[in-house]
Amino acid sequence: MDLPFGITLEHGGSRANKTGSWRTERPVYVHHLPPCNQACPAGEDVRSWLYDGESGGDGYERAWRAIMEVNPFPAVMGRICYHPCETGCNRGQLDEAVGINSVERFLGDEAIRAGWRMQVDRPSSGRRVVVVGAGPSGLSAAYHLVRLGHAVTLLDSAPRPGGMMRYGIPAYRLPREVLDAEIQRILDLGVDLRTDTTVTDLDQTLREDGYDAAFLAVGAPLGHRAHLPAGSAAKIVDAVTMLHGLEEGERPLLGRRVAVYGGGNTAMDAARTAKRLGAEDALVVYRRTRERMPAHESEVREAEEEGVRFTWLSTITQVQEGMLTLERMELDETGFPQPTGETEELPADAVVLALGQDTDLAFLGRAEGVEVEDGVVVVDDSQMTGRPGVFAGGDVAPGPRSATVAIGQGRRAATSIDAWLRGAIPERVVELPLADFAALNTWYYTDAPRSHRPVLEAARRASTFDEVVQGLNRDTALYEARRCMSCGNCISCDNCFGVCPDNAVIKVDDADAPYLIDLDFCKGCGLCAAECPAGAIAMVPEEI
Amino acid sequence: MRETKLYQIGTFAVGNRLLDPEDRSAQASPDRANSITSGHRACQGCGEALGARYVLDAAMRAADGDVVVTNSTGCLEVFSTPYPESSWQIPWVHSLFGNGPAVAAGMAAGLRASGRTSTRVVGQAGDGGTVDIGFGCLSGMFERNDDVLFVCYDNQGYMNTGVQRSAATPPAARTANTGVIGDEPGNAFGQGKFVPLIAMAHEIPYVATATVADLHDLEDKVTRAMGMHGARYLHVLVPCPLGWAAAPAETIRLARLAVESGLFPVFEAEHGEVTAVTSIRGKVPVDDYLRLQGRYAHLFGDPGRPDLVARLQALADRNVVRFGLLDSDDGTQNASLGS
Amino acid sequence: MREQLEGSQAVARTVARCRPRVVAAYPISPQTHIVERLSDLVRSGDLAPCEYLMVESEFGAMSACIGASAVGARTYTATASQGLLFMAEALFNVSGLGLPVVMTVANRAIGAPINIWNDHSDAMSQRDCGWVQLFAASNQEAVDLHVQAFVLAERLSSPVMVCMDGFVLTHAVEAIDVPDQAEVDAFVPPFVPRQMLDPTDPVTIGAMVGPEAFTEVKYLMHRRQQQALAEIPSIAADFAARFGRTSGGVVHPYRTDDADTVVVALGSALGSVCRVVDDLRAEGTSVGALGITCFRPWPEAEVRAALAGARHVVVLERAFSPGAGGIVGRDVRTSIGSRTPVVDAVVGLGGRPVSRATVRRVLEDVSAGRLTPDDLHFPDLRRDLIDSEPATRGGPRA
Ligand SMILES: Cc1cc2nc3c(=O)[nH]c(=O)nc-3n(C[C@H](O)[C@H](O)[C@H](O)COP(=O)(O)OP(=O)(O)OC[C@H]3O[C@@H](n4cnc5c(N)ncnc54)[C@H](O)[C@@H]3O)c2cc1C
Ligand SMILES: Cc1ncc(C[n+]2csc(CCOP(=O)(O)OP(=O)(O)O)c2C)c(N)n1
Ligand code: SF4
Ligand SMILES: [Mg+2]
Repeated sequence: MDLPFGITLEHGGSRANKTGSWRTERPVYVHHLPPCNQACPAGEDVRSWLYDGESGGDGYERAWRAIMEVNPFPAVMGRICYHPCETGCNRGQLDEAVGINSVERFLGDEAIRAGWRMQVDRPSSGRRVVVVGAGPSGLSAAYHLVRLGHAVTLLDSAPRPGGMMRYGIPAYRLPREVLDAEIQRILDLGVDLRTDTTVTDLDQTLREDGYDAAFLAVGAPLGHRAHLPAGSAAKIVDAVTMLHGLEEGERPLLGRRVAVYGGGNTAMDAARTAKRLGAEDALVVYRRTRERMPAHESEVREAEEEGVRFTWLSTITQVQEGMLTLERMELDETGFPQPTGETEELPADAVVLALGQDTDLAFLGRAEGVEVEDGVVVVDDSQMTGRPGVFAGGDVAPGPRSATVAIGQGRRAATSIDAWLRGAIPERVVELPLADFAALNTWYYTDAPRSHRPVLEAARRASTFDEVVQGLNRDTALYEARRCMSCGNCISCDNCFGVCPDNAVIKVDDADAPYLIDLDFCKGCGLCAAECPAGAIAMVPEEI
Repeated sequence: MRETKLYQIGTFAVGNRLLDPEDRSAQASPDRANSITSGHRACQGCGEALGARYVLDAAMRAADGDVVVTNSTGCLEVFSTPYPESSWQIPWVHSLFGNGPAVAAGMAAGLRASGRTSTRVVGQAGDGGTVDIGFGCLSGMFERNDDVLFVCYDNQGYMNTGVQRSAATPPAARTANTGVIGDEPGNAFGQGKFVPLIAMAHEIPYVATATVADLHDLEDKVTRAMGMHGARYLHVLVPCPLGWAAAPAETIRLARLAVESGLFPVFEAEHGEVTAVTSIRGKVPVDDYLRLQGRYAHLFGDPGRPDLVARLQALADRNVVRFGLLDSDDGTQNASLGS
Repeated sequence: MREQLEGSQAVARTVARCRPRVVAAYPISPQTHIVERLSDLVRSGDLAPCEYLMVESEFGAMSACIGASAVGARTYTATASQGLLFMAEALFNVSGLGLPVVMTVANRAIGAPINIWNDHSDAMSQRDCGWVQLFAASNQEAVDLHVQAFVLAERLSSPVMVCMDGFVLTHAVEAIDVPDQAEVDAFVPPFVPRQMLDPTDPVTIGAMVGPEAFTEVKYLMHRRQQQALAEIPSIAADFAARFGRTSGGVVHPYRTDDADTVVVALGSALGSVCRVVDDLRAEGTSVGALGITCFRPWPEAEVRAALAGARHVVVLERAFSPGAGGIVGRDVRTSIGSRTPVVDAVVGLGGRPVSRATVRRVLEDVSAGRLTPDDLHFPDLRRDLIDSEPATRGGPRA
């Protein structure tokens, strides 16, 4: 066309006008640390594997493999982890936290059902590492070490591997076939497990078998003793011993009325186990209030559902045959319980002590360089003890005691050992800024109340060790995964691409960085950042 | 089994990797028309620039790219076509401020008479060009049932001439000619008109309102409209950072709050009857919406004008009742992508 | 074929034979008969394909023409008087955009006071809107100018207004030769738009142009209008060759060669003027007439040439600029320079007939020196009405 001058223009010529020069701030895609990731003691990249899981189908396996890169126990963790991730989860501020734990369990169970396996990717390093203790920490370390190409010998005094996961945690919370399957998958990678093998002298073991490095993960197997004035006929057992015995086939005789002393998860397990063993009355005695009890809310709730009773603000001052004396406590202004002098008597056939666990470090002997403080082995950031090449983790090392922490420390130790064997400096993890709830635009997430896992009916909970909490199905698991808001990380929702009034966001075919800002045209209005659901765009000032 | 499938992000996001591409918005596609392209001179965060691309890209998708457009005088026209650079990638004509609907009617007639029946006509104007100066032509176009989709980008004022009042400017809003003066500062209460209802009175095939905050809804409406023939009217709320004295990054949020407060009802009507209403998802007080805008600044602070805020709240509440904007008592609604 | 026809009917039929694709019009006397007839032709299918838009106003009518023309459709409308003013904004727009719309203006006075009768105030008020303005001296010429107007408009990509005196022509029944369809088809080629809205080749029509290029756009518009002065005679010549009669062109000189006094007129008054010229010539007075067919663009050279020998020039003004003077006379004066005195005589306002007697009296007054160039004259003014006006009613008294 012979277009009239000035009045009629060719299309699209405005691209010659680079409006990017108006900008005083530019959008930048960020990766912030989701609070779930931050909270995970095992170091799982929760958000990422939920992201994979959100696709369903093949995504489940991708998600599972992403977990397995870090934690070889998804099915176990999906049952027993105290899921600090969910406590941290930003969605909790919107409606309810994402059921991360139940999705993890679903993935773990899918893997067992489908027989998904892991492989050793690295060639053999020719180095030998001994891991003492086949609890979660030791198994985790062994798994990672083997995958890193090292030869691993895993020694445990017990007849079967698993540590407290087997000998502490009751089967109604962690069915043994699940535990066995996940342990077997680790062993199948080529870990040399030697059960019924107690290390009595560390130096000797290291010396005689010529290991290049060692990881100590012997846990804290001893029930903590409390000095209770007790008559000779009083029946007092400690929870760990009782639970351990149960796993070995013993049926402890506790009587009709059982008092459990302590307020932690072990106390809950002991009380619920007592119920299953036939106790008519299981009473938890705890010296503070319910709010201050360390046991998890869900554990307490489940115990209550099963008929466990509680008496708060009480200490046991005396145990006699068939009878307990309790003293009422009061919290002082610091929240510490103080005796009131008021006492009360209570009938009880047995007292189960659940007051914590202590380590047993006799096998260290005079092992040079390995320091012990407050009953635990001192380690540095890399989990290495004072002795080069000897690492420790799990309950035997400082820190909160949980299987998840143990697994995380096992992995950290494995990476450190690998670095140490290669003479490299252990990699420091860069701490990303936390993904704030305030940075999210939650409008974009569908209203979606959490899906709760079904539970076993009461009758079966009263008398059997059948698993109480059931898993999600494919549908509910997918739903739950998709409740994740992907805090601080792009979810490829195209919002930035769509909401830019200047078409200054370019969509590219790159899963890791799906969008680019066209700085030629971006005016810096900030709409993309404001409308990013996940808070994955930050506006940063231009240097002018 | 759940009744609703969850796709992590709901209907409000532009795209969603979990959905089939055909279920995503036109804006999610790298192949979208970009009917108005980069380099235009709209203010930062301009809702009108965004709204125009949303509407026209959807129309382009619906009509397989066979679309011609007219545009009345106003910001959109001015910021997109300063000689020698046009931002339009589609056939576009600007004539005057007050004649958009008539130009569009002529285009439709010309196309029909030329046998180019697949080519569809979209007319667009600001609120001034639609509800005020263009209203006679608009009403004529409606009444004749001309085959035109006419889109009003309502930014509630004559922005291009420096933010004066239009008949779509809400009460109490400060503009350049409704200043903060006297007992009733800002625009007067009891004036103005809501043209979607007037459009309905013409009993034309389709009337709808929408905002830039709900792209899927907007695109659905454009698609629905493009699937029909005859006169169709779409009234899109497009916040204007300049005229509303709001932060550029708040444009979409403001549109959202206008809806969630009840001040801007979103609905659809066919042949004069309301056929669908978009429910408020989580009702908010009008304060949440007003406080973000400098044009209402005189209503807040010390002493502020709580009485006028209350009158605006009453207008919002009236809309809620009149259009049935809440579908449950607590005002919550499960927003999701289909069932 | 010559037929006894009303001018409006003849124009409507002619326009229909030019095959407009869109007609958008709003009724106003004295244009109504034209558009009513076109509406019938469209509704009956005699004019097809064509869309007749019954718009809500003249502003809408012209705007619809803009839209139709922008999509490449041949477009026509008709109006008069108030309607033309109601279109004013759009008129400038059409010419600015370069859209070849053809419009009939059935010339009529402008209120207030409201008056439906003929004069040229409407067309003159839009003198500068950038349209070609052609004035028909007769119904036959009106018919012929419409045929030529479509050719001209589309060749130039510029709008053309064909002015015909309201009632005097539009409602007059006389023998008129309406060219038949085949003849028109042979003369008016299919419309090939210079620019149009086409999804396969998208353009932006109607850009905003600032100080950096506005003058250039306007300059080019002026040049394009001047081009019309060459196109119009050439189209008229083609027309004459095909149809065997002379119509159109830019000016119609009549017995001007040795004329001492020349009367300049536009539109239907030219007929009376020429008859008076014949009468006076027969009586031995050396007079002539100059019809201006193309008022815009102004045919300066042709006017100068036609008036080169005249000692006196009288311009019959059918509209004027209150407080200033004649409109056509000013253009004539600039064309011929100050050598020749030009007398502006306002006649025939608001339907007052321009009779031969009036024309004759004007000429006599000029030769008697009663009409001088330095004033605006109202030769058909009714003094009696002015004088009977009681002073108490206020207002200016003359
Ligand atoms: C009743 C109970 C319930 C619990 N519930 C939970 C729960 O729900 N969630 C959770 O996260 N955590 C729970 N915990 C805590 C969790 O089980 C421990 O924190 C975790 O098992 C510690 O792992 P570890 O590998 O460090 O030690 P352990 O699991 O204790 O494993 C240590 C292993 O080392 C072996 N070993 C010890 N000494 C030697 C030696 N000298 N030579 C060879 N082998 C040796 C032991 O046989 C044992 O297998 C619970 C603990 C108890 C007691
Ligand atoms: C006939 C006429 N009157 C006034 C104007 C001046 N004018 C141009 S745009 C405009 C306001 C446009 O307002 P609106 O239609 O709401 O569009 P916005 O700029 O707000 O997007 C005005 C008053 C004009 N161009 N033409
Ligand atoms: S004044 Fe408002 S409508 Fe106009 S360009 Fe700026 S933001 Fe957009
Ligand atoms: Mg506006």
